[in-house]
Amino acid sequence: MEALMPGIARWLHVIFGITWIGLLYYFNLVQMAGLKDAGADGTAAGITKHIAPRALFYFRWAAVGTWLAGAWLLGAGFVDAFLLRNGMEGIGIGAWLGTIMLFNVWHFIWPNQKKILGLVPATDEVKAKARRVAMLASRTNMMLSIPMLFFMANGLSHRAALGL
Amino acid sequence: MKNPLESVAGTIISGLILTVVLVFFLKNFLA
Repeated sequence: MEALMPGIARWLHVIFGITWIGLLYYFNLVQMAGLKDAGADGTAAGITKHIAPRALFYFRWAAVGTWLAGAWLLGAGFVDAFLLRNGMEGIGIGAWLGTIMLFNVWHFIWPNQKKILGLVPATDEVKAKARRVAMLASRTNMMLSIPMLFFMANGLSHRAALGL
Repeated sequence: MKNPLESVAGTIISGLILTVVLVFFLKNFLA
């Protein structure tokens, strides 16, 4: 049974990770541009009321699930990964990038999205600022996802790209 | 200069550059 655990952890890490990063790419590639156009023809409410809150729910909790499953998968190597030592340097960079992204989700994206979507009271001025911060935090996470996924794929096994 | 994160293309290019920088960092200073 113990031998099964790393495979189960990896499986969960991938399922949660696809949900998280898939929704991150949806926000950046589809929803941002779609909302701009929808705002112009007065149909944005359908997205902000019915789509965005659901997408954000799965997005932020999948981020937590991904991190926890990743921590489980690292197991005894968790400390070495985060201290970038003992052969865990590559996967450790991926783990740090994923951790920064999780922080961005809960500290910048979700609190500002709550203001934008009217889930908490906010003036128009506060909403405009929240829109800018949430957009840049989301774009930052999309940018970080590129090296993060590279180091997840190449950091611990399949390390030829790192010359290891 | 325009913030590269304003556009999807700028975001992807920034991510690719950061990947190269981090691989260089790992190969030369960590591994």
